[in-house]
Amino acid sequence: MSFLLGPPQTAPRPRALRRLGARALKVAEFLTTPLLPADYGSLIAPLHLSADLRGRLVERRRETADAATLLIRPGRGWRPHVPGQYIRIGVDVDGVRHWRAYSLTSRVGADDGLVAVTVKKIPDGVVSRHLVDEIEPGTLLMLDQAAGDFVLGPRAPRRALFLTAGSGITPVMGMLRNHPELTDVVVVHSAPTADDVVMGAELRALHDSGRIRLVERHTRVEGILDLRPDGASGDESDADAARTLDALVPDWRLRETWACGPTAMLDAAQERWDAAGLGVRLHTERFRPVVAATGDGGVVTFTRSGLDVDADGGAPILDSGEDAGVLMPSGCRMGICFGCVAPLREGSVRDLRTGEVTTASAGNGGGAVPIQTCVSAPAGACSIDL
Amino acid sequence: MTATITGVTDREDTEPETTEPETTDPADAQPARTTDAAPTTPTRETRAGKATRRPARASAATTERHWKPKRSGGADPAGHLTPAQIDALGRELDALRDEVMATRGAADAAYIRRLITVQRGLELGSRLVLLGSKNKAAWVAGTLGLTAAKILENMEIGHNVMHGQWDWMRDPKIHSSSWEWDHAATAAMWKHSHNEVHHTYTNVVGRDNDLGYGILRVDADQKWHPAFLAQPIYNIVNAITFQYSIALYDLELGRHLKYRKRLSDQQKTDFVAGVRAVAAKTARHVARDYVVHPALSGTSWRSTAAANFTANLVRNLWTNTVIVCGHFPDGVETFAKASIRDETRGEWYLRQMLGSANISGPPAMHLATGNLSHQIEHHMFPDLPSNRYAEVAVRVREIFDRYDLPYVTGPLHTQYLSVWRKVIRYSLPNGAWEDLREQPVPTLRRGLSWLGAQVRGSRRHRA
Ligand SMILES: Cc1cc2nc3c(=O)[nH]c(=O)nc-3n(C[C@H](O)[C@H](O)[C@H](O)COP(=O)(O)OP(=O)(O)OC[C@H]3O[C@@H](n4cnc5c(N)ncnc54)[C@H](O)[C@@H]3O)c2cc1C
Ligand code: FES
Repeated sequence: MSFLLGPPQTAPRPRALRRLGARALKVAEFLTTPLLPADYGSLIAPLHLSADLRGRLVERRRETADAATLLIRPGRGWRPHVPGQYIRIGVDVDGVRHWRAYSLTSRVGADDGLVAVTVKKIPDGVVSRHLVDEIEPGTLLMLDQAAGDFVLGPRAPRRALFLTAGSGITPVMGMLRNHPELTDVVVVHSAPTADDVVMGAELRALHDSGRIRLVERHTRVEGILDLRPDGASGDESDADAARTLDALVPDWRLRETWACGPTAMLDAAQERWDAAGLGVRLHTERFRPVVAATGDGGVVTFTRSGLDVDADGGAPILDSGEDAGVLMPSGCRMGICFGCVAPLREGSVRDLRTGEVTTASAGNGGGAVPIQTCVSAPAGACSIDL
Repeated sequence: MTATITGVTDREDTEPETTEPETTDPADAQPARTTDAAPTTPTRETRAGKATRRPARASAATTERHWKPKRSGGADPAGHLTPAQIDALGRELDALRDEVMATRGAADAAYIRRLITVQRGLELGSRLVLLGSKNKAAWVAGTLGLTAAKILENMEIGHNVMHGQWDWMRDPKIHSSSWEWDHAATAAMWKHSHNEVHHTYTNVVGRDNDLGYGILRVDADQKWHPAFLAQPIYNIVNAITFQYSIALYDLELGRHLKYRKRLSDQQKTDFVAGVRAVAAKTARHVARDYVVHPALSGTSWRSTAAANFTANLVRNLWTNTVIVCGHFPDGVETFAKASIRDETRGEWYLRQMLGSANISGPPAMHLATGNLSHQIEHHMFPDLPSNRYAEVAVRVREIFDRYDLPYVTGPLHTQYLSVWRKVIRYSLPNGAWEDLREQPVPTLRRGLSWLGAQVRGSRRHRA
């Protein structure tokens, strides 16, 4: 069945063999027209004979009451990731395909060949609820290669600070597990209670072994981490003073810092680091876009699909299109990867992060304007070439 | 052969409309998007709001019935309903549709995936078995399997996927925008002529190209022409070459030949591109069925080619049978062009309900017809997943009864015979069949002079 494999993506084979394979593939393509050999192959051995990257869920392991780790066997064509990167997973919930990004937590090149992500359930979250509570081992998943630049970079820093909250620990755990050379590490992690700390046991073990210094903030009793400069909030009690960044990590200015968590925390950190002139030493990862501006919405016309969708001014065109059954290209779904770019032919859209309005008038001689559908909502009627 | 068939008549010739200016504008004669007033089509509920398949128009309430008699006369088949009742019918059917759409889920997705897996397995397995087709048993098994696979692929899978019935799954591999099928017509052109023209203008004389496919006269309101005398033969040839005939209708070859002098450069380019696409696709399919697969069969090459030919032929005959039984049997209504102007939602539903016919039978029959045995339900809800038509049919039937509308259905042989009766009857001018029955023609000479009179009569009528 080697002819079903398609162009070799793995180890190089001898030339004669390759040529033979290419010829066999041509014949197979004739036989399977109008489909492709992979369309049949994917039904026989989905992990190995599909044209697209797939993975199979091997295990779903509960972490906390609302989080679980998924162990996935990636199929042919998987390329090793850089710790801190995320993958996109396409999963069918109630028969409908959804794509979401999840940070990899596994060791690169682990012996068992599995990769892992850890998912935290979000109230009303379509995918996270399914992944944490329902998905069965054996399920076939769509995968995308790892991406993202929330990584340590070419040289590991001598001193590192990880500032995380909730599921934001995941990319950091990916780095900790893969970079034993990081020895001077402080992890400041916030979660509602001790039991809610995702991968808490492992973090505490790392702390006990002296590998990291772990500072847990249990926000339900201790309140949220205060990232403002000392005294900024005026009349501070001792308790308040004790939960400032300066109190918890006095040498934070000396540390290369990676932060991942809710928007408010990241915004506060950015402000603090910028104020200290250390903005370049702070790396952040956001799990969702910051929605700053919404408007009235309008009818979005998907020209190629022949669909008109009356869309809300607060809903990304990506979501509206998907809901209507349009095949929308997508990626991170939060404005960083440009995987969702589509041409705006006519009309205006509003960038949900900034409120900025982009207008196109391809019909009047102007060109179509590429827009990111995941962070754009219609600002009046508009048409998209999809 | 098919070229002559398509060239025989043209819909614009067969249906001069008195209430509308005769369309001879080449813009109207080419397969571009139709822009004139189109009836409302069903909408999809989405989280973001309502999504509508175009062409669509806001549905106003029915204040008066827009139905207009055809030239041949006849009464409004829904004449017993008040405008308010027609609106209520529209609302009731919208609600039924929404209700079923809302319950689409994992079981439906599993159904179509399982079906695709079975179909591809069957096709691959049959082709493997046919490698040894010199053996009689292998030939029979392989040919049966391949025929079944091709029928499933065209009907329950291809037709329905290209209708967008499975777009809601957002699986790019099972999506109307990406699907390609084992058929001479390319997916793109078929989707235009089928989804946009046929489903929008269902059974509107002079508008719906599927009404006789431009080569058959199946309605009193299609104008007679002596060429129709031979239509029983066209009907057979059409069935045998069905996939190629469909490709030619989709290219609108007849219209292009007729208006070739008046086509714009763009229209010509599009047409040539369409012809090229069909030719390229056909070449690949022919190479698959008659070159590569036989070549791989070695000494069985001859019987493998014959098996492929048989499978293609049976698939053509079967799909043709199913499709003519969906719209041409007795009892199915056709409509005047003027009727669809300002047609409301309820009226649109009425036209779909009265312009289609079902085939009754066991579940295997429904599967083999791609659930087009539920043609009525399919026309009312074209993008409802096909596996749901059976359950919807029960509810639809009850609604037909309640509104006192005729639900045309019957077993395959009854419907098929009924189609043939029409093909024969309308091969003669209107009324001629009845004349003939009263006064059978005893001699050849009298027969010829009778025919001559008919032809002259039709010419006079035309002038
Ligand atoms: C680069 C990247 C890496 C990610 N890594 C991880 C990871 O390792 N682990 C993990 O659990 N998640 C991670 N996410 C988030 C993940 O992709 C999904 O957004 C999340 O699982 C919610 O999806 P859902 O379908 O359950 O929610 P949806 O059904 O899409 O949303 C339901 C509701 O929750 C809100 N919502 C959506 N996302 C969030 C959020 N992150 N926090 C709070 N509310 C939200 C929505 O606005 C909506 O109102 C990552 C996201 C990105 C962009
Ligand atoms: S999906 Fe990544 S930028 Fe839109």
